[in-house]
Amino acid sequence: MDESVGKVNKFDVLGNMNLRTKTLLAIGLSAFILILVVVISFFIDPKSITTNWTMMNQPPSLEHIFGTDWLGRDMFIRTLKGLGLSVQIGFFASILSSIIAVALAFLSSFNKHLDSFVSWLIDVFLSIPHILLIILISIALGGGAFGVLIGVAFTHWTSLARVLRAEIKRIKTSEFVTISEKLGQSKFWIARKQILPLVITQVIVGTILIFPHAIMHEASVTFLGFGLSPHEPAIGIILSESMKYLATGNWWLALFPGLALLILVLLFDIAGENIKKMLDPASAND
Amino acid sequence: MLDKQKILKFLGYKLVRFAILLVVVILLSFILIDMSPINPVNAYISNMVASPEKIAQLEAYWGVNQPITEKLLNWLGNIIVGDFGTSLIYRTPVLHVIGEKFTASLILMLTSWVISGVLGFALGVLAGFKRDTWVDKAVKVYCYILQSAPTFWIALLVVMVFSVYLGLFPVSGGVPIGALSQDVSFWDWLRHLILPAFTLSILGVASIALYTRDKLIEVMSTDYFLFAKARGEDGWTLIKRHGIRNILLPAITLQFLSFSELFGGTVLVEQVFMYPGIGQAAVSAGLRSDVPLLLGIVIFSAIFVYCGNLIADILYNFVDPRIREGEENG
Repeated sequence: MDESVGKVNKFDVLGNMNLRTKTLLAIGLSAFILILVVVISFFIDPKSITTNWTMMNQPPSLEHIFGTDWLGRDMFIRTLKGLGLSVQIGFFASILSSIIAVALAFLSSFNKHLDSFVSWLIDVFLSIPHILLIILISIALGGGAFGVLIGVAFTHWTSLARVLRAEIKRIKTSEFVTISEKLGQSKFWIARKQILPLVITQVIVGTILIFPHAIMHEASVTFLGFGLSPHEPAIGIILSESMKYLATGNWWLALFPGLALLILVLLFDIAGENIKKMLDPASAND
Repeated sequence: MLDKQKILKFLGYKLVRFAILLVVVILLSFILIDMSPINPVNAYISNMVASPEKIAQLEAYWGVNQPITEKLLNWLGNIIVGDFGTSLIYRTPVLHVIGEKFTASLILMLTSWVISGVLGFALGVLAGFKRDTWVDKAVKVYCYILQSAPTFWIALLVVMVFSVYLGLFPVSGGVPIGALSQDVSFWDWLRHLILPAFTLSILGVASIALYTRDKLIEVMSTDYFLFAKARGEDGWTLIKRHGIRNILLPAITLQFLSFSELFGGTVLVEQVFMYPGIGQAAVSAGLRSDVPLLLGIVIFSAIFVYCGNLIADILYNFVDPRIREGEENG
């Protein structure tokens, strides 16, 4: 059995590393690229994205690896700036989302009525298609990046809340919680000292796994024209502008920014899955 | 006999829950719109000349200058008697607009739902059966990438390849612009349906294929599967008799639960292909402050999603023989 595993691994580039090293490497690499993107986008001077009529509609070249748009702006810089913005919105939205999820999951553990209320609330939020709800919320808040952020945050907490609710229910049947209850500890004390430490890894992993969804929904809503104003270099806006130039054959306007977003989302997924493996070793063998 | 009674009781319970849910969705969306800076009356009269009687009628409909509770009850009452108001963009009753647009979208959604379901299931079975081979890896990579890909970007790529480069399909539009609906031939209409349906189908494959693959691998590690293998069954017969029979129902249930995502995908795909469906109507209603239409679409989309969940529930509770018998015994 061991021999066959060794044979398979010979063809693997990372064959001589064990699973733990590989996992750490995957986390490190994806985190490094993500942080790099955000840091670079911070240092991009908005003035460097200026119109340059001599460089209009250039296909990708060594000088402009993503090409230029109809105003002569370099698409690579615009894409980087847009990705940075997406990561920022995704970051705040997923943190807010998981705060909502944790609060509601603990609320549901207090008594039976609150529990059925929380599960009903999850049903309500799942009953309207996410994209419509984000549109509604961002309209209600008068648009802007803030509206999109809140819209995304209020639609992505459901899955994590469900997982946490089930997990807390399971923990509450364990003996140490029953003993604490008998000893007269308050519910708040039990939640803080005995339940929270056990679910904290799931909260962290859940937050990271909300990230890719949040970024994608942010880009979709921006693409549809809600939220960010047209002069901001968000990925959704870049892609919706590129739609007008597709028929004239400017393929690079749509291909590269979308590909960059796809890679960003994949990196978050890889980082999330690998952090899950590290924090919850039982899931590593799946 | 007993079964029938149980189904009726189940349906009654679901109906009550649905009514409550619908009322809450209506209230929630109304409150959200009321919070927004949009004034439905001003939005309506801003780009047309309205007589004072018309304005008074609109103000009565939206309950301007009344407290929010009264506004809400007023509007809820109108909805219950089927008065959804008049759409601002289309200048016709909202119900009429939604009926027309939803039909167009339903055709699109149904087509891609069936194709993605069948294709996803087939790919999942193939990947699970050929576990750890290159087939499995290819299916997995395909699914992971599609799950992370923005829907509208895939739609843009499809337009680029099939419409701009190969010139096989029109770039946009559900029907040729300016043509009357009765003049549009079936073929014309089909040509405009193919690309959006294709895009939605290849995107919808991912979740169902991954789910089917995992389920099949689970079934393949059971004792009865091993026993069947030991008896000498193999290949397709083995998978058909012991694999597919066990995973088909959960897969169909999952596919019915995906109505919400399907709707979201349709909104984006319709926007790229300019397919005149409910998604496009929702986006333009949102962008141009057509409050009655937007609220109407939210309500009908909630009904649509609920139908999917209800069918999944029925399948899960009444069609699966194991759960059915388990309930009778317990």
